[in-house]
Formats: sequence, structure tokens, C-alpha cells
Amino acid sequence: MKLLASTPARVIAFVAALALHAAAGAQDHAVPAFGKVDSMEARVQGCVTCHGQSGQGTNSGYFPRIAGKPAAYLYNQLVAFRDGTRSYAPMNYLVAYLPDAYLREMAEHYAKLRPPFASRTPPSVDAATLARGQALVVKGDPAKTIPPCAACHGKGLTGMEPGIPGLVGLRQTYIIGQLTSWRVGERNTVEPDCMKRIATRMSDADITAVAAWLASQEAPSDPSPESSNLVRMPFACGSQR
Amino acid sequence: MRKAVVFAFAAALVLVAIAATLYFFLRPGPLPHQANAPEMSATTQVINQGEYLARAGDCVACHTVPNGKPFAGGRAMATPFGNLYVPNITPDDETGIGKWNADEFYRMMHTGISRDGSLLYPAMPFASYTKVTRADSDAIFAYLMSVPPVHRENRKHELRFPFNKRELLLGWRTLYFKEGEFVADAKQSAQWNRGAYLVEGLGHCSMCHTAINALGGSKESQEFEGGMIPNQNWYAPSLTSNREAGLGHWEIKDIADLLQVGVSQRATVYGPMAEVVYNSLQYLSDDDATAMAVYLKSLPQRDSEAPPTSQARLVDPAKMELGRKVYEKQCAVCHGAEGKGFPPALPPLAGNQSITMASPVNSIRMVLNGGYPPGTKKNPRPHGMPPFSHILNDDEVAAVVTYIRVAWNNSGTPVLPNQANELRKLLPE
Repeated sequence: MKLLASTPARVIAFVAALALHAAAGAQDHAVPAFGKVDSMEARVQGCVTCHGQSGQGTNSGYFPRIAGKPAAYLYNQLVAFRDGTRSYAPMNYLVAYLPDAYLREMAEHYAKLRPPFASRTPPSVDAATLARGQALVVKGDPAKTIPPCAACHGKGLTGMEPGIPGLVGLRQTYIIGQLTSWRVGERNTVEPDCMKRIATRMSDADITAVAAWLASQEAPSDPSPESSNLVRMPFACGSQR
Repeated sequence: MRKAVVFAFAAALVLVAIAATLYFFLRPGPLPHQANAPEMSATTQVINQGEYLARAGDCVACHTVPNGKPFAGGRAMATPFGNLYVPNITPDDETGIGKWNADEFYRMMHTGISRDGSLLYPAMPFASYTKVTRADSDAIFAYLMSVPPVHRENRKHELRFPFNKRELLLGWRTLYFKEGEFVADAKQSAQWNRGAYLVEGLGHCSMCHTAINALGGSKESQEFEGGMIPNQNWYAPSLTSNREAGLGHWEIKDIADLLQVGVSQRATVYGPMAEVVYNSLQYLSDDDATAMAVYLKSLPQRDSEAPPTSQARLVDPAKMELGRKVYEKQCAVCHGAEGKGFPPALPPLAGNQSITMASPVNSIRMVLNGGYPPGTKKNPRPHGMPPFSHILNDDEVAAVVTYIRVAWNNSGTPVLPNQANELRKLLPE
């Protein structure tokens, strides 16, 4: 009798433990872990609580996926954070005293990784906004001379070698944050700063629409960036030189 | 209340008036021009030596804006008295030190008096640089004259009254400045003396590792006894207490490594000390790094401070358990279940003085913001620690810092959630 009474309790406890474990498991890739001390994997543990063990990003919408972005793009960002030309205090602090060669190695490390994409978040906007977002990404807005995102960031939006980042796997909050800071001049890059030209032509509504549509897209079958194709680009971009 | 303010203001005015009068009669003025001044003909050897010494003095760290032209100045230096803007020390004739000569440069290093006779603010560590020899000052001057001149006007300091009155520096100098080149101690080895010369002179270690008071001065009797670094909110540990960063129980090699490599078997540098290693100490020769280590280890070491009482070390078991859980999940993979780490790549926490010392500021900041040691010639690919500020709440931060301060026979005391909360509000730097 005693045994019988305790069994359902045990089952409940077991199920509860499983559920807890699953909840924790969702973020396990953001917990420090590595195989060998003398490895790149161990050296970049400084990145994992925000960008995930393989650069896939974490539950927080503010921290971008960095895996699979072009190495030169990632390197440019690391140098910009170190030298203060891109401002984000936690990153500026972390890489302040790291030499070029090491930042390049970190960039190459994450550029090679291809972790699976997190499941998409259904966009919290109406159908008209989504359609506007899709139009801007795929066709652009000739009336406002905004070229389509896909022209530079790739048909599959996986970026373009050497300096243009992929947009797949980024979340709405991050995209809105970056486009806005580009528009107000907080974020910028080497001249000619093509992204500044584009961002300053976008309204708040455009930015929301683009971010919502991009964040709702399924992962591409091949997340690798496209190879460099200068001829096709609508604007000259300093980061592509 | 208002009366007190009026009185303080009047007192400050009177002080300024007295100082201004004194200054008028005592001001040093420019150096008289020497007809037989030696021609400048620095050899490459002297210039190279000057470059080495300028690095030992870490001139570049303050005299360069991040990503700017070396030594062109302009960097804002926040002080408790307002912002100072560091001057251009490239050899540009109009905006830099192009028209200076070696005598004027030496007077500035040795006495803190600028070319035009004005008194320098003690953010320029002339209280340390006064120990530098004439020959070394000349070499540094020759090197600075050899760098590309940059035309960049100096920006005016933005100091609050009465600190914007340079005349008041006469008072500061009377209280806190002792002029004089380094005098070797004949009872000590040449190596010890070399280390002392570097630590007390160009290294200007006491600028951070000696507490400063409300007037921005520090007492010689408290030299190297540690203190909070104003405006940076990191704690520069005492170099004379074995309960802090006192090195009495350290191997010479570990001290030299910490200075020159940035990591060692015992500890790792982060924050402001990472900047010092990155810009300055990594370029020291092995001999000089060892000499500094020998001198630092010989500083009077106090074991006398009683460790905190067992009462002070009492920790609520629930807090300890929360700390242990956080540690096992987030920290143990790098620092080991027993806190031994994988030195020098990943620092030990057990027996690490920088964790157990009275001020928990640095440990809390590391948990909140993480950190990378500097990438140096001998350790170009350092291991980094991630930030946890977005993962752990104040209770968890306090619990895990408490855990590492008392586990494994560590002699620290518990930390409160509001201490974590205070530091969480600051931007990482």
C-alpha cells in the first residue's frame, strides 16, 4: 500500500524534473563548456553566454547569431568594438586589449560554424506590414530609392563575402536596433557607407516591417554567404573593398 | 545650511587669492635660454632606448585617444574634480612639444612644471617621474621628437572651481610632492634597485595602488596599500598586504609573468591592469620584468592583519547552497570543482588573494561583465570569461561571489545583493 501510494508521487516528481530539465536545456548552449583547454573552443568561452556555444545566438533577442557570417565582416566588427568605432559597452570592454591576429582568428572560428537555426518567432505585426517587409527585402522601394536587402545580403539573405553579414537567424529586436542606430548615425562603417545611405531612407514603419519579415523567415538549406559579386551591388560599399 | 555654503565659498575665494599672490611671486617661469645648449643629435640607439622607456612609462595610454594618432593627446580623463584633456606630445611646433628642448622636458618630468612655467595637474604622474634619471628623460625626449608630428590643438580642461585654479597646485605640491631622482639603496642588489627604479619611477604604480584622498593626494606612508581607482570603479589591491595582492608568498616567476604576460599560475590581470600590461609591461625585457618582481616581492609585507573573524565569515546555508548551484552550472567547467582552474589559461579561485580580499568589487565586476586578459607577445591568444549580468540576478551574483570567497578554505566574507546591484548599474570598462 505504501509502495503504491508513493509511485504516482514519484512519477509526478520524475515528470516535473524532466520538464525542468527541458526548460533549462533550451539554454544549455549558452552555458560555458569545452573539450580541451588549449583550443579555440575554450578560448572563445567569453562569447557564449550571449552568442551561444556555436554562435547560434541565445534566447535574448538583443544578441545576434554570429555563426556563419563572413569572416571579414566579423573581424571588422571586432576591430570596431575594440577601437570604439562601434559602440556597445559590454563588447568594447571585452575585446579592448586583444591584438588583430587573435580577433581575426576568432572571426574565422565563428565564420566556419554552421549550428542549426532556432525555431522562428511568429511576427507580431499585421499582414500588410509583413507584405511591406517582404517587398522591401525582395524588391526594395524604387520610389524611395531603397534597393532590396537581397541585392547585397544575398538571395538567401545569408550575406556576401567578404564584408556583408547574413540576415537569417537574426531577431526582430536586434534588426530594429541596428537599422535605427545606423539611421541616427550611431553605427557606421568605412566610407562609402552604403548601409547609412539606405537606413536614412527608411521610416520607422519600414524598419519594423523589414525586421518582422526577416525574423519570421525559415532557415535556408545552405546558410553559407554568397561569394563576392561587386557588379550586381546597387551601391558602392567600403566594407566590400 | 546656506550659511555654510556661503562660508565655504568665501573660504575658497580667500584661499585662491592667497595662492594667486604666492604664485605671482613664486611662479617658476620659463627656463632661461642657454647659449651653449647642446645640439640635438640623438642616435638611433638613444631613440630606441627612449621608445622602450616611454613604453615602461605607458605614455601612450593617456596621451592617445582610442584609435587616434599616437601621442597626439585629446583623451578625456575623468577625475573626481572634472574632466582633464590630455595634451599633444608629438613634436608639432604649434600644438605639440616641437619647440621644447631636453632641459625643459626634464624639468617637466622632474618637477611637474611645463615649458611656459605653469604647474601641471598631478594626473600627470610627475610625483613618480621625478625619480627618472636625466639620461632616461633625455632618451624619452629624443624618442618623442622622432615620432610623426600631429597638428592637433589641445583642448581646455573642464575642472570645477576651485580645482580649475592652477595656483592651488602650490598647496597640493607642498603636501604631496617630493622632488628627487631615484637614489639606489646600497644594501640591496642591482636587480632590486632596477626594479625599484621602474616601479616607483616610470611604472608609476602608486598612481593606482595607493589610495588617494579628497584632495587627490596620497600619503607616502600608505604607499602601495591599495584603493579604489577614482572614476573607474575597480579596486587596485594593496601590494603590501598578503591578504590582498601582497606578493610575499609568490614565486618570482609568477609575479614577472603576471606583469609581462598578463597571466600566471596564481592570477590573471583584467580591467585597468590589463590596459597597463597591454600598452606597457608586455614590452619589458625579461630582466626588467624580473627586477620589478624582485622589488615588489620585497615590499614590506603585512601578514599581521587578522583574517576576518569566523563571525564575519558566517554565511546563510541557503545562500551558500544557491552559490554552489550557480558555481557548478556556470563556473566549474573553467575554474574546476575545487576552484583550482587550469592555470595559466584559466585562473584558480581557491587561494586567490584577489578574490578573498576585503573589497569584493573586482570579483563582482568579473561575474557581471566577464573579461579577457590582454593579448600579449607571450600570450597572444588569451582565454576569456563571459558576462553573466543578463543571466544571474543580484541574489545569484551575491551568492556565487560569496561561495568563491568562502569555499575551499578561502578566507573572504559574504557579499550582499545590493553590492551586486550597485555595480550592475555601471557600464563595463
